[in-house]
Amino acid sequence: MSKVKLTIDGLPVEIEEGATILRAADELDIYIPTLCYHPDQNVKANCRICVVEVVGMKLLVPACSYPATEGMAVLTHSQRVRTARRNILELILARHAQDCLHCDRSGFCELQKVSEEMHFLRTPRYPYVARSDYWDDSSPSIVRNSQKCVACGRCEYVCSNIQTVHALSKVGRGFEVNFEPAYGKKLGDSVCINCGQCIQACPTAALTIYDYTLRVWRAFADPQKTVVAQVAPAVRITLAEALGEAPGTISTGRLVTALKRVGFDVVFDTDFTADLTIMEEGTELLGRINNGGVLPMITSCSPGWIKFCETYYPDLIPNLSTCKSPQAMFGALIKTFYAKQIRKVPSDIFSVSIMPCTAKKFEAQRPEMGRNGYRDVDVVISVQEIARMIRSAGINFSNLPETPFDSPFGLGSGAGEIFGATGGVMEAALRTVYEIVTGKELDSLDFESVRGFEGIKEASVMVGDIKVKVAVAHGLGNARKLMDAIRAKEADYHFIEIMACPGGCIGGGGNPIKNWRKMGPRLEAVYREDKNMPLRKSHENPYVKKLYEDFLGEPNSHKCHELLHTRYVDRSYLLR
Amino acid sequence: MLQETRIVLRNVGEINPVSVEDYRKRGGYESLRKALTMPPEDVIAEIEKSRLRGRGGAGFPTARKWSFVLKAESEQKYVICNADEGEPGTNKDRIVLSNDPNSVFEGMAIAAWAVGADRGFLYLRFEYPYVFPILEQALQNARDAGCLGKNIFGTDFNFDITVVSGGGAYVCGEETALIESIEGNRGEPRFKPPYPGISGLYGKPTVVNNVETLANIPVIMDKGGEWFSKTGVPSCTGTKVFTLCGNIAQKGVFEYPMGTNLRDIFETHGGVKDNRDLRGFMLGGQSGNLINASQIDLPMDIDSCQQAESVLGTGTIMVIDDYTEILDIVENIMKFFIEESCGKCTPCREGNIRIYEVIQRINRGEGKMDDMILLEELAETMNIASLCGLGQNSSVAVITSMHNFREDYLKAIERGRRA
Repeated sequence: MSKVKLTIDGLPVEIEEGATILRAADELDIYIPTLCYHPDQNVKANCRICVVEVVGMKLLVPACSYPATEGMAVLTHSQRVRTARRNILELILARHAQDCLHCDRSGFCELQKVSEEMHFLRTPRYPYVARSDYWDDSSPSIVRNSQKCVACGRCEYVCSNIQTVHALSKVGRGFEVNFEPAYGKKLGDSVCINCGQCIQACPTAALTIYDYTLRVWRAFADPQKTVVAQVAPAVRITLAEALGEAPGTISTGRLVTALKRVGFDVVFDTDFTADLTIMEEGTELLGRINNGGVLPMITSCSPGWIKFCETYYPDLIPNLSTCKSPQAMFGALIKTFYAKQIRKVPSDIFSVSIMPCTAKKFEAQRPEMGRNGYRDVDVVISVQEIARMIRSAGINFSNLPETPFDSPFGLGSGAGEIFGATGGVMEAALRTVYEIVTGKELDSLDFESVRGFEGIKEASVMVGDIKVKVAVAHGLGNARKLMDAIRAKEADYHFIEIMACPGGCIGGGGNPIKNWRKMGPRLEAVYREDKNMPLRKSHENPYVKKLYEDFLGEPNSHKCHELLHTRYVDRSYLLR
Repeated sequence: MLQETRIVLRNVGEINPVSVEDYRKRGGYESLRKALTMPPEDVIAEIEKSRLRGRGGAGFPTARKWSFVLKAESEQKYVICNADEGEPGTNKDRIVLSNDPNSVFEGMAIAAWAVGADRGFLYLRFEYPYVFPILEQALQNARDAGCLGKNIFGTDFNFDITVVSGGGAYVCGEETALIESIEGNRGEPRFKPPYPGISGLYGKPTVVNNVETLANIPVIMDKGGEWFSKTGVPSCTGTKVFTLCGNIAQKGVFEYPMGTNLRDIFETHGGVKDNRDLRGFMLGGQSGNLINASQIDLPMDIDSCQQAESVLGTGTIMVIDDYTEILDIVENIMKFFIEESCGKCTPCREGNIRIYEVIQRINRGEGKMDDMILLEELAETMNIASLCGLGQNSSVAVITSMHNFREDYLKAIERGRRA
């Protein structure tokens, strides 16, 4: 690759041909403000905040899209640039509700950051005009408030190009531009699958997580209620990050301490029902293989994926595992088995899931997830929300001692833990299915071929005398490719794992705001945690075995089907 | 009194528009036949000799545009005729297309041969529905006569044209927005570079030329670039098709050599209507400049206009009489751009409406001197920082009128102060 030499603010820099001015400036540690630019997305060049002056050119150029060329002299903060940038910022601020004091993104808002860095210290000279139709809280997961929208288009990109869901699109022209579901639909009535990737992409609070924390605080205050928490595998990976520590900091023990101090009576580990899921799902898979059932069987842990399948691929619903997700299994157990154990009526237990996911909020509200008039899970809160609760309880997270999870559901295996990353469910299932079928111990528990961030991963494993072919996809754009192959009968897999979010749960919409650079350390942490666990196989979890003995019978028993399995609905009407 | 020099309009009124025989009787498609005997490089060299510059407004040398596409390596290339003549007050392309479509088709075919394309698209303005059947019929006749389609004139050169109707968006006259529209997307411009010559329609190298540019091509190939370059002025050769509109006695579309004095054109066509006084001109359409009557001695070619801080643009000359309020015109222009901004980039999406608010305030007599500073700053920002030509030029009328009709603004502000 040939290189070009140029100067930026008088400093010489050399960079490969075709690189943008923004990249070249980065080499020099010169910071250029951006808004529509996102490191994981295509370049849009529409916010114009990053304009710079190229000496000799009449027009300013956007640093994010304009290529650096030989001999170019770039000025990043000349008077022309500063005036233009400040005028552009002023135009944006005049459409942006300036209620930073009580805004969900205050402190980690990109517009706030840009405004602060540009030292913009006055009220815009234009009257504030809100976008029409700006408020939409119809979805249980995502709140859209386009009073805060800067029309960067990052949400549309991730929704349409990465996830291929097409729930958010650009509507209207000119001053009236808005990003919302087509045909005036509300998010809650749209094809939105609640994955929350738009929240992760949004630079401001135009898209935020539906906040349920007030209901949890209220439950703490109710002496009647036993407030039970379950904590998903990915939460211990990303919570410390949400509280200001480095990505990939594992905080399992501190997390339990913090939850207890915040007010939870009991804290359980969703790793436990992840192990249970493996028992149920593995048994279901073997049943399908041996009895000529519908193959490939596809995992059902990711509620965003489930709604996507119900909407876009209802014909493939028979391929979905009937197992509930680990959260939903846990919800059912807490309100039945555990309630009986502590001699409480289900309505006196307030069950809270702490999840890296926004779609879990939708899953918990599905009519299938409850019985006799009560919900299995009362409230789902995301990592961002629990981080807020910990902060507002005045807890200094970095200095907390460690506490173990509560029994009887406090022990999970490494197999359960890796549910947090793409490929993890598959790997956990393979560990168990192999040993159950063959009766032999695996030499190595690490199935490297299903790990990592490649969009679609494939592997085949000899399990006894069957060659089991598996595939793993994360991000629904990749899932769509696999589903199209199944529809076209071009795929002969036995088992497929799909996670709605890119990277799996550690990339979920409820986590602290991410980009791919943060995902590497998160992924590494998941497998580090797995390695350190005393138990690494689901079927060896003694409490899972005991639960079968005491309560459930055997995997896929009648009782299991009643509590741990579910059914799906055709939602293709949403496309009409 | 000026006499018209008709190169682009050579066949207008002389032939049946859809008849390929009529067109061929006047030498039509002979230039294509000739071009097909030449290597593409030589065709481009001939155009280069003519020094033809694009007639869509930007004035980019046509030969250079073509040679980029010729040099770009790709299996598939395209030629697009930009017939999305959206500039209010401009009608030249409509006259050419509805009277002599074959000259445009022939120009496209020569361009296709020169760059190695085999498919063409003619993107027709939505508001010209009556031209659509004329184009379709003329295309069919040209195909039947073997002038377009497969194995043109018995050679192995294939080229066919699809007519695509726009959706009524002004911004789609911008070449990359036009390409997006043909692809079936929202009509929004792309950032440049990459230019369409490298990555255009479906990401392939694409020539995008204006109707008037293309209609010149057959004449250049016929009579030679040398001959063509003798018309007009050295830096800007050939003719320009002007649209006269506004308060002028004789409105219409007329073709004069590049560099013809504005005063001569104005006087030839009867001056101001109803013998009123001349206030000024709006040149180059709504995205163009407002100049006052004292600037009338202006050679109408791309560079002279630019030197005079004006713009030739699409060659529209709107005459403004002394009964017209300049601020009303500016207000109206901004209303147009509010309507037509696609909403992609911040300065244009948010800026047009803010300029409109301020102009309206001043016009109502509620303005302050601070507003003048605000207008200057904002108009300049939109001009230098917008993504496409629409946003870059929508505030030009404000900038130029503040310069050339400053007293109108000051009077309006003064009026408010007294009230």
